[in-house]
Amino acid sequence: MDHRSPLERVLRALALTAIVVFFMFPIFWIVLMSLQTNETILRSPPSMSFVPTLKNYAAIISGELDSNAGSMSIHFMNNLLNSVLLSVFSVALALLLGVPAAYAFARHKFRGSEDIAFTLLSFRFAPPLLVLLPLTLYFQALGLANTYLGLVWVYQLICLPLILWIVRGYFEDISPDIEHAYRIAGHGWFATFRKIALPLAGPGIAAAGLLAFIFAWNNFIFALVLASADKQPVTVGALAFVTASGIQYGQIAAAIVMSIAPTLLLALWAQRYLVEGLSLGAVKG
Amino acid sequence: MSEVLLDLQRINKIYNETSRHPVRAVKDLNLNVAQGEIVALLGSSGCGKTSTLRMIAGFEAVSSGQILIKGRPVHALAPARRNVAMAFEGYSLYPPLTVEENIAFALKSERLAKDEIRKKVAEIAHLLEIEDILERYPGSISGGQQQRASLARALIRDADLHLLDEPMGQLEPQLRALLRGRIKHFIKERGLTAILVTHDQTEANALADRIAVMEGGVLQQFDSPLHLKDRPANLFTGTFIGEPPMNVFPAQAEADGDNLKLNLADGVCLTYPASAFSDDLKARLLSSDTFVIGVRPHAVKITPGGHPAKVYANQWLGDQTHVAARFAGQTIVSVRHDRAHHAPGETIGIDLAASDLHIFAADSGRAFSHGGALA
Ligand SMILES: Nc1ncnc2c1ncn2[C@@H]1O[C@H](COP(=O)(O)OP(=O)(O)O)[C@@H](O)[C@H]1O
Ligand SMILES: [Mg+2]
Repeated sequence: MDHRSPLERVLRALALTAIVVFFMFPIFWIVLMSLQTNETILRSPPSMSFVPTLKNYAAIISGELDSNAGSMSIHFMNNLLNSVLLSVFSVALALLLGVPAAYAFARHKFRGSEDIAFTLLSFRFAPPLLVLLPLTLYFQALGLANTYLGLVWVYQLICLPLILWIVRGYFEDISPDIEHAYRIAGHGWFATFRKIALPLAGPGIAAAGLLAFIFAWNNFIFALVLASADKQPVTVGALAFVTASGIQYGQIAAAIVMSIAPTLLLALWAQRYLVEGLSLGAVKG
Repeated sequence: MSEVLLDLQRINKIYNETSRHPVRAVKDLNLNVAQGEIVALLGSSGCGKTSTLRMIAGFEAVSSGQILIKGRPVHALAPARRNVAMAFEGYSLYPPLTVEENIAFALKSERLAKDEIRKKVAEIAHLLEIEDILERYPGSISGGQQQRASLARALIRDADLHLLDEPMGQLEPQLRALLRGRIKHFIKERGLTAILVTHDQTEANALADRIAVMEGGVLQQFDSPLHLKDRPANLFTGTFIGEPPMNVFPAQAEADGDNLKLNLADGVCLTYPASAFSDDLKARLLSSDTFVIGVRPHAVKITPGGHPAKVYANQWLGDQTHVAARFAGQTIVSVRHDRAHHAPGETIGIDLAASDLHIFAADSGRAFSHGGALA
């Protein structure tokens, strides 16, 4: 099976390790920072030896941060919850709308279908700031500003095109005759979509959903403009740390660890689907 | 003839009809299949066979025309409501299910008991020699095995009509020959009706009651295997059916007392007693400028006193000899069932009997006559 020479294998292992270290180091460093007090973080020269403390996490979770200038309260847990809510509902809605649309675009070519699909994709090209000003005005008029519904709606600009285009590719890779074989055995098109097409495109849908979740989670500008403090996700909420007088590195690090944890865990859990989904051809008939 | 099961009435299929490059895949096709009959659609690749099947199954809309199954117009119905079964050219098994589940899943909508389904699957698997792969997944078996699984999935159904698109194309010759017989027996025993798409004449001849020869989307001839061979309707079927293909030569007719002379190229003149041709045929030939005569290689006799021809190839195929020679400006092939020792360069005599001649119009290719009588 493995025809590589030992030397080649050692070199490969070294290269892989270097890549992993390179990409993982910032995360590793932040995790270390989150377990230290400001004093140990700022000492010079930096050292890896310290007594770990969970004080930073306790402060973030309770929302009472002490800084040099006194204590202040930040609703970080509330931001975290907002991030979860916004991302989950945005992706759920985008899947609900995007997967059937992707199927339709993959299976039914009609005059102008390519143009419609491309128009949907082009929403991704528009600079968000260009859209935001008119959107804010409309949202205020409609009463959608600073509501979860409004935010989830705007997040479709991020999630829907992504899901539509990725999932469409997966549907196109499934031979239509696999579906035909099911239809001719006495089943309608909807049963065929549900029983044949959806399961076959499942890994692709999972991959697209995860990607959309990460994009939604990382979004900053829409929520910054359209949401006030109580609806803001972590990306916007984290701004509070910067404006506080005297920067508490340990607490910022703890906040970062907590805000990347959900996407990281999700990615780890979905890894097997991702690998399956990204290796096209697994679904080809 | 017994009851008509499938009736195609002036079917047309035009792909990309509104685009700048429409493809006319099927043109004005009329075809009927009787209950219990096996019909083969025979033709070269791209002639519209699969398109025809897909219209019958309902995966492609007809551009115009009507499809009737048991007298009921079905061309506007969803595939699920036409009660036909189909084996696809590309097998199209469902990857997450085992071969057995794939075959059984065709029966799901027929609401049979579990062990009845098992029994039926076992029976068809035995027939097609796929018993040992029933537990395997489509991704882990060979193309030939997938093809048989796909065929099993179609044959197991109790449908009005079975559509089989090149069902044995991937099988090795021995297995193909074995399964041909079994499948025919299976279909006939149950009184099923089937349309078999193939580009293999042997398969069509062996399985079909009638063969529809298609070319360029047009039905050329729809007839029994025997008639296709003996009475080709035009030059296309004449040369398409039969291995090796029919020898053809342009010719002119000339009356000469009690004889009729057929003048070929290079000064070759075939002389026949006028009585060998019917009067109306003679009149037709004498009034035509040129026409085409065709002779099957099996009917080309090599005799010492015949018209001279120079041998340029001699192939022994194990059970027959193909002798190719220059004759009347073209190649003529003669098939002999013995081991003829005519070396290249040798001059042989060719004899063509009037009763073996097929005569076609030079322009339209329509058949004038077979063996001396009008077609
Ligand atoms: N979906 C399609 N779109 C456009 N042209 C097609 C399509 N399917 C088949 N054709 C064309 O129609 C003709 C007949 O094809 P097909 O019915 O598949 O032939 P066969 O099965 O006899 O090989 C071919 O020229 C083919 O290129
Ligand atoms: Mg075909």
